[in-house]
Amino acid sequence: MPFGNTHNQLKLKFSSEQEYPDLSKHNNHMAKVLTPDLYEQLRSKQTPSGFTLDDVIQTGVDNPGHPFIMTVGCVAGDEETYEVFKDLLDPVIQDRHGGYKPTDKHKTDLNSANLKGGDDLDPNYVLSSRVRTGRSIRGFCLPPHCSRGERRAVENLSIEALDALTGDLKGKYYALKNMTDAEQQQLIDDHFLFDKPVSPLLLASGMARDWPDARGIWHNDNKTFLVWVNEEDHLRVISMQKGGNMKEVFTRFCTGLTKIESLFKERGHAFMWNEHLGYVLTCPSNLGTGLRAGVHVKLPNMSKHAKFEEVLKRLRLQKRGTGGVDTAAVGGVFDISNADRLGFSEVELVQMVVDGVKLLVEMEKKLEKGQSIEDLVPAQK
Amino acid sequence: MSNSFRRLVSGRNTMALLASLGAGTMAGGLLLHDNSSLAAETKTKLYPPSADFPDLRKHNNCMASALTPAVYAKLRDKLTPNNWTLDQCIQTGVDNPGHPFIKTVGCVAGDEESYEVFAELFDPVIKDRHNGYNPRTMTHPTDLDASKITNGVFDDNYVLSSRVRTGRSIRGLSLPPACSRAERREVERVVVTALAGLKGELTGRYYSLGDMTEKEQQQLIDDHFLFDKPVSPLLTCAFMARDWPDARGIWHNNEKTFLIWVNEEDHTRVISMEKGGNMKRVFERFCSGLKQVEHLIQERGWEFMWNERLGYILTCPSNLGTGLRAGVHVRLPKLSKDPRFSKILDNLRLQKRGTGGVDTAATGDTFDISNLDRLGKSEVELVQLVVDGVNYLIECEKKLEKGQDIKVPAPLVQFKK
Repeated sequence: MPFGNTHNQLKLKFSSEQEYPDLSKHNNHMAKVLTPDLYEQLRSKQTPSGFTLDDVIQTGVDNPGHPFIMTVGCVAGDEETYEVFKDLLDPVIQDRHGGYKPTDKHKTDLNSANLKGGDDLDPNYVLSSRVRTGRSIRGFCLPPHCSRGERRAVENLSIEALDALTGDLKGKYYALKNMTDAEQQQLIDDHFLFDKPVSPLLLASGMARDWPDARGIWHNDNKTFLVWVNEEDHLRVISMQKGGNMKEVFTRFCTGLTKIESLFKERGHAFMWNEHLGYVLTCPSNLGTGLRAGVHVKLPNMSKHAKFEEVLKRLRLQKRGTGGVDTAAVGGVFDISNADRLGFSEVELVQMVVDGVKLLVEMEKKLEKGQSIEDLVPAQK
Repeated sequence: MSNSFRRLVSGRNTMALLASLGAGTMAGGLLLHDNSSLAAETKTKLYPPSADFPDLRKHNNCMASALTPAVYAKLRDKLTPNNWTLDQCIQTGVDNPGHPFIKTVGCVAGDEESYEVFAELFDPVIKDRHNGYNPRTMTHPTDLDASKITNGVFDDNYVLSSRVRTGRSIRGLSLPPACSRAERREVERVVVTALAGLKGELTGRYYSLGDMTEKEQQQLIDDHFLFDKPVSPLLTCAFMARDWPDARGIWHNNEKTFLIWVNEEDHTRVISMEKGGNMKRVFERFCSGLKQVEHLIQERGWEFMWNERLGYILTCPSNLGTGLRAGVHVRLPKLSKDPRFSKILDNLRLQKRGTGGVDTAATGDTFDISNLDRLGKSEVELVQLVVDGVNYLIECEKKLEKGQDIKVPAPLVQFKK
């Protein structure tokens, strides 16, 4: 929340106990970690841009969570949040990212040549392939905390950099507040348009302020490479196409990202990155690679099999409905993607998806023929 | 390239780069200030007010009408004593462009001082919303002497229920958009302690939103007393729903005729109501209850936010002055279908709402009729206005029933300037 930094000083006149949030009914990572003692320890701190502990946790206080789904419950307002509030965020990160320790190092690998296979997923089953990630521009506050001036500066820099892309990455920017009805409809039909967040998880963190100012969508003329500006992160970068050629999708993804990064560097700006957390993004759940590589795949038989969940778990994959997070599957078609973000490189994660989806399709085919899949069930990755 | 070196060369500011190399250390976020997020003070200088001025071209609210780039430039870097800023006051108006037909206010106060520190915005907003009331030159009359009300008992065949509500803020504690959890809990403590001292027909009980049993909750719903977490973006964008349901609750007397909401849109909302048309009695209880609560908090060293320019200080500028809405649920089957209905209401300074409250539609022929104005007229004046107006509406209804014609009354005079 964009409270002035000195507001936090005034809260200090009340005792820590008086300010400590009521987390008795909460089930999220923040609530598990934030004891009264930890609150007392951290409440007087703030980042150089004025982001405070209460700003970090507001979304987790306002959204107690769900008994079955463990949300994160905290966000970063700038790069330094992860340093200044490490005593809260390190355990949250450890819990969320499979035991990732404060001393662990994260490997970045955006060399798509290192991916084995991935160009031959059966298009009779794999309807589309997609890879997304996020990037934050160093020196600017993140969506929960940025001022309008900063958000606009991020937009201007992004447009400048993206306009310099050439070849099959050449494209156009559509500002959310300026688009014509025809442009808007086209973007909806292409499934490119993002809308003002409605999820209370996002709203409570202050990310939707000033909507739709400085928000927009850039995509290449071929409609296979897409960048969201100032939605939940500074940039969300998406490579996608119909069919099962994940290798091609990932290659374009890596090429595009690398080009964009160098275009920003030419203009004196780096992406937020460090060797412990990888790419720094707003939500701790997206640290590391920030990468979700997934397919829309037909698994009508496999999805009804008793071992479906177990197989996914062992393959380190997760399922979603085809509307994205928090939606249900329609007609036996599932969105299958990597469950991990941090502690594995980009290549490693996409490899898991490619290998895992290949196996799932094999299993689907066997079940179609009435055969057993017991001998195909994998070991835990 | 090692990571920390890479960070240094990617920075924009070579002065900081040279300084940090000269200092011989590469550690610490503070040293890499200009490569990292800008310190708040630096940010203020790097982004002039023009860079932050909101895009209000598609907006239709009082704040957007009043907030020029010049006013924004003057006020952007000011702070109230509670460190509340202009951007925080206007966030709700920036996020909610408004409706072509309904002009919302578009700004809120974070504390009592907001109205002073940001007077250059709030004064024109107040003028716009309250029919030209000028806080620099006018004073607002407060009058809670219910004995002055005449003809305050309506025909029960038409009036189904009568209600008066207002709000009160506890001086010295920040308002709902700005308050910390500790402040909000303090508001709750001060108010609930005071209410425990009420006696006689005002004896009652407090139900904390977070602690109530399912049975209590259902009873409060059945009594139409329960308020829920705000869903209106007008309120949520003003930061009012933070930490819900912490320190929120409902107090009501045993008779269920006097009700107080704690920490919803204001520190307190005070409601007196009963079935039937005895508005006089409703207002008597209202005034008596308010005075007793005020006395009880004063005994403990607290007081309500009030001054003679703005009357009672509340979160939304639309509720300044009396913060009072006196209304009835009244059946007007014939009059409501008459084409002159709206004009009659306008001239009587009344507004109609559906029986679900603001932004609802009327069901059947029953309307919620209440005063339009809040500031510039006293409580007694406004309630009398409602009394006279509703009596007139009932007269019209009766005439139409008998097949007689009705007259549109002359428009009422605004406050004395």
